[in-house]
This record gives sequence, C-alpha cells and structure tokens, in this order.
Amino acid sequence: MRIEVKDLTKRLQSTLVLDRVNLEIREREFLGLLGPSGSGKTTLLRILAGLEFPDSGHVLLDNRDALTLGFEERQIGFVFQHYALFNHMSVFENIAFGLKVRSRRTRPSQPEIEKRVMELLRLVQLRELESRFPAQLSGGQRQRVALARALAIDPKVLLLDEPFGALDAKVRVELRRSLRDIHDATGLTTVFVTHDQEEALDLADRVAVVNRGRIEQIGTPTEIYEAPRTRFVFDFLGRTNAFSCTIENGHVRLGDRVLAVEGMPDGPADAFVRPHDIVLARATNPERTGDAMLPGTAVVRFISALGQRASVELLYERKLIEAESSREKLADLGLQVGDRCTICLRLPRIYSKVEAEKGASEHAQRPRLRMRRRPRAA
Amino acid sequence: MVDLAPAADVAAQEPAPRIASPLPLTESFAARATLVGLALLFLVVFLILPLVVVFAEAFRRGIGAYFAALVEPAALAAIRLTLMTALIVVPLNAAFGIAAAWAITKFEFPAKNLLITLIDLPFSVSPVIGGMVFVLLFGLQGLFGPWLDARGITIVFAVPGIIIATLFVTLPFVARELIPLMQKQGTQQEEAALMLGANGWQMLLRVTLPNIKWGLLYGILLCNGRAMGEFGAVAVVSGHIIGRTNTMPLHVEVLYNDYAFAAAFAVASLLTLMALATLALKVWLEWRAGPRLARTRLH
Repeated sequence: MRIEVKDLTKRLQSTLVLDRVNLEIREREFLGLLGPSGSGKTTLLRILAGLEFPDSGHVLLDNRDALTLGFEERQIGFVFQHYALFNHMSVFENIAFGLKVRSRRTRPSQPEIEKRVMELLRLVQLRELESRFPAQLSGGQRQRVALARALAIDPKVLLLDEPFGALDAKVRVELRRSLRDIHDATGLTTVFVTHDQEEALDLADRVAVVNRGRIEQIGTPTEIYEAPRTRFVFDFLGRTNAFSCTIENGHVRLGDRVLAVEGMPDGPADAFVRPHDIVLARATNPERTGDAMLPGTAVVRFISALGQRASVELLYERKLIEAESSREKLADLGLQVGDRCTICLRLPRIYSKVEAEKGASEHAQRPRLRMRRRPRAA
Repeated sequence: MVDLAPAADVAAQEPAPRIASPLPLTESFAARATLVGLALLFLVVFLILPLVVVFAEAFRRGIGAYFAALVEPAALAAIRLTLMTALIVVPLNAAFGIAAAWAITKFEFPAKNLLITLIDLPFSVSPVIGGMVFVLLFGLQGLFGPWLDARGITIVFAVPGIIIATLFVTLPFVARELIPLMQKQGTQQEEAALMLGANGWQMLLRVTLPNIKWGLLYGILLCNGRAMGEFGAVAVVSGHIIGRTNTMPLHVEVLYNDYAFAAAFAVASLLTLMALATLALKVWLEWRAGPRLARTRLH
C-alpha cells in the first residue's frame, strides 16, 4: 500500500509536534523514521495508525483519505514499543485476537483461525510456545508474538514503534534480520520508528530523518550518510567534529585550502568531519593526505584501541577532536599520548551558521564530543 | 529506552522470600513479652471479645430463640431490605466505578483532578451529613420535595431514599480500587485491541475487564460490606418504619432500644457473619491475585 502524508501539522498544547510534514511512502517500501526522542516521529506513526489525529493535513492510503477510515478499513498492523501483549491470554490467543473479534460475517472458522495462527508462529519461529503466557517469555519472544499478532489481520501496512528498543544488543541484530526477511516475504509496506541511526541505516530501504516535527532529509541510507543535507542530519548520524570557518563570496578557507561552496550565504559556518575522515601525521613528518591541512599541531590526549579500530582523542586549539583509524595505521605512526601531530581533513561538509540561526533547528547541533575519560592504550 | 514493565511483572509473580525475622532482635525477653502481650491484649479487648459477646448474647436464650428472632417478620423484612439495597447499590457503583476509573485513567480532560477529589467526597464527609443532604434535597420541605410530592413520588423515609443514601456512601470504593490499577496499566493494550479491529465493547470485555478483574472484585467486596452495614446515612433517611424501611443495622438498634437484647444480638450476629464472610473472601482474593493487587491499593 502507498502512503502519502500531506502538510501534516499537530500541536500538543503550545508545542508544535509535527510541522507541515510531507512524506511519500512507496508500495512495499521499508521506511525508517529516525530522530531523537521528542522529534515527533512516534506521533507521526500514531497518526498513520489512526491512534491520533492531526490538527491539519492529510494522510492518504492508496489515495483514500485515511483520516475518515476506521481501524479495520485502514488494514494496518501495529507493533507497540512495549509490545502491549494481552497478559491474560496465551500466545495463541494473543495472535488469534484480531481474527476472533471480527464480525460473524468475516470471521474465519475455528480450524481456519488455528491454521493461520500456526502459520504465523512458524513465521516468527515460536512454534512450541503457543500455550505460554507473555510473562513466561523473553523480551525477544514477546516482540515476535507482537509481530505475529499484528500480521494476523493480514495488514497492508506494518507500523513498528521502536521495535528493538527494549532488547539487548545481540537479540536486536538477530530480530532486525528476521524482520527484514518477513518484510520481503510478505510484500508489506513497513514503517518503523527508531532513535538508533545504525538500526535505521542498516534495515531500511529509505530513511526519513525527523527533527523538531520536520523531516530534515529523506533518502537511501547511503545518500543520507554520505550527503547529509543539514547540520542536524550530519550530527545525528554519527560522531562529529566541528571546525569554525567563514564563507566569503561563495568560498570558504579551511586550513591550507579554499573550497567552493554553493548556495550558502556569506558569514560564519562550520566544517563537519567524521572521526574516520580525520587523518593524522607526526608533527615531525607532516604528510598531506586530506582535502585540507589545518595549521599548527594537536596533542594526543587519549588512545583507545578495541579490535580493529583505534580512536584517538586530540586537543587542538583548546578543543577536543575525535579521530578514528585502523589499529595498524596508528601503530605505523607510532603516536603516543602526549605526542604532537598534524591534522588533515577529508570530505569536510560545510554548514552555514547563518542559515541555522534563521531556521528553527540550531540547538541540537553541537558537535557531540564527549569529555569522558577513556582507558589509556598500553 | 529500557523496557521496565515486563521485568516488573516477572518480579510480581515470584513470591517474596520469607524472612523469619526481619530485624535483629536485641530487646530483652521482658520487653518482648510486654510488647507482644500489649498487642494481644488490644486485639482481644477490641476485636475478639466484641465478636464473642455478639455471638454469646445472641445465643443466650438458646438456639430456638435465636432463630425465632431471625424469622420474625420485622427481622425478615430488614434482612430482605438490606440484601435488596446491596443488590441494587453494588452493581450500580461497580458500573460507576469502572466508568469513572476508565475516564480518569484512559483520557485526558480538564478538571480531571477535581473529579478524583469529588469521588473521594463520601469518604471525607460524615455519613450523617450525607443522609441529611438527601433529606434537604428530596424531603417534603426540601428542594425537589414539593415537585416530587405532586407526582406521588416518595424518596425520603422510603426505600428509594435508603438506596440513594447507600449509593452515596459507597460510591468511592470501586473507583478508588481501580484508578491506581488502571493508571499503572496504561492504554497500550486497549490501543492494541483497537488496532486489531476490536470494537469498544470487545475491548472492554476482552481486554480491560480481564486486566482489572481482581481489583474490581476486591472493590465490589468492600462496597458490598459497607452497603450492608451502613448505619448513619441510612438512619437519617429511613424514618425507622418497622417492616418497611428498617435495614438490618437499624433493626438492631430498634431491638436494642426495646431491651430485646437477645434478638438484637441475633440480627447483629447475622450481620457480623456477613462481614466475616466478606473478609474471608477478601483474604482469599488477595491470596489469589497476589502482590499485584496489594501493591496498587490505597487504603
């Protein structure tokens, strides 16, 4: 089913939860709504489900106005964040609920219901647990039951609210895969909400990044990660280093380079760089390997090496910089805590501060450099 | 975000470990004996002795006199009236309690706190005043009295007045029991039921009621106990017409004032038995429903 959201606006008291949201979800698409808590992503999902209503705007399901449709006509399966399983019913009864509450005309016969429930139990790999009660299940199993229950009514759309939020890391990755498989097998249109960027980028066909009631960017995971359109998207998708710079006549000077920037007003700006795009070299043997080399040197504060990756915390012009490289590369450089090194920036992205101050989305955009103490590398 | 709810549920199902002595007792034997003795004495004087007295007095003139006092027409009428009152009041207040708890816990609306406070009003107002309010409203000199009288409707000093007064006094029991329980449960299961295509009734009967059944039963028991035993409010509106508007507690008073002690205690013993049965049922319910119910109780 195709979903169209047009100019959706919703206020709660004085807060604007959704601000003229436009979104098109394609047939059979797997879409992730990604955003920090309070960004309005769950409200958007609940409006699609019919659990909440917007102040203005439209939701179209296959060109039909969804806001006038009842739950049954919407044909939507919903998986709640905490699953909302019926505690007094067995797994079987939970899954059969949506079929049993149908009016006599459309209700399948008892053997048909049993057959359908068994099919679903097989699909979510819970065949032996049909007579258990929710309290007797693990978090991952509960999640699977919630999924099977939502699928029992043969929905055209599956909506999931933070589907993996309450699970531990290992189960989470496992369930991600099986959700993707189920999506591919059933031909549903699936929309899920998450605040975990890795999850969204890993799972979805397309990701919509939501911030303060607006969709900041929508695109494939690669598009979003490689070309974040706004400073918020860049910052939210991963760890960020910010360097102040100034735009003059459509150009910006960054270290020893002048880069052309298009369509940005003159004035103060930031260059955002991911930790793995910061290239280090020994101060005694400076090497130019990036798009721009910063003047002066930085001091190594901490080194933490875990597995293949090594992360280095540097102090540069009284600011903390986070760099990341492979462990071997760092070993080749032979950098130690307290050493001086030069910094080259690869793929910097420039975001104007002028625009940010005009727009409403300035304050979630501080670079997320943490001052946490790390174990020193031996 | 971390899901705390299921973990809490699991914890609720495990029985609490039995601890023989929760405190390291350092008091001397004498101190312990005095404390325990005082507690026992208190228990005997204020709880057990009265109970024994009720039954001893009831049977003082023999078992024949006991049953004679119970089957006497005025006593039978009182028993009938009390049972009928409870039968009408308890379902009404159960329905009201469910509706009020539902509205308060599942919806957001202005003046919600005011409603919660209003539900508690009968607890904080003396029952006698509760009764008087209805006399002032529906009595012959009251606000609606003349209007009702013109249409031949009698409320005060008649059965309807007794029922209304009892309704007032027992109004908070079910709602008070359900509100914290339903607040804790939230609305997600109801939303899930709706998303799965259930209509309002199916949601109520298949999801909401099974989730609150132990709390509801408990509230109904408390409500029932009070409905049968209420004296103050009913005394004001009843008019003490023997055989017509005397409930059991009022009948006990009438008999007692007439120096018919054995008969008074016979009826009182029946009332006591009803209370004990309610208490036993309550204990059984608490045992069945486990700590989940006990934790959410307010009184």
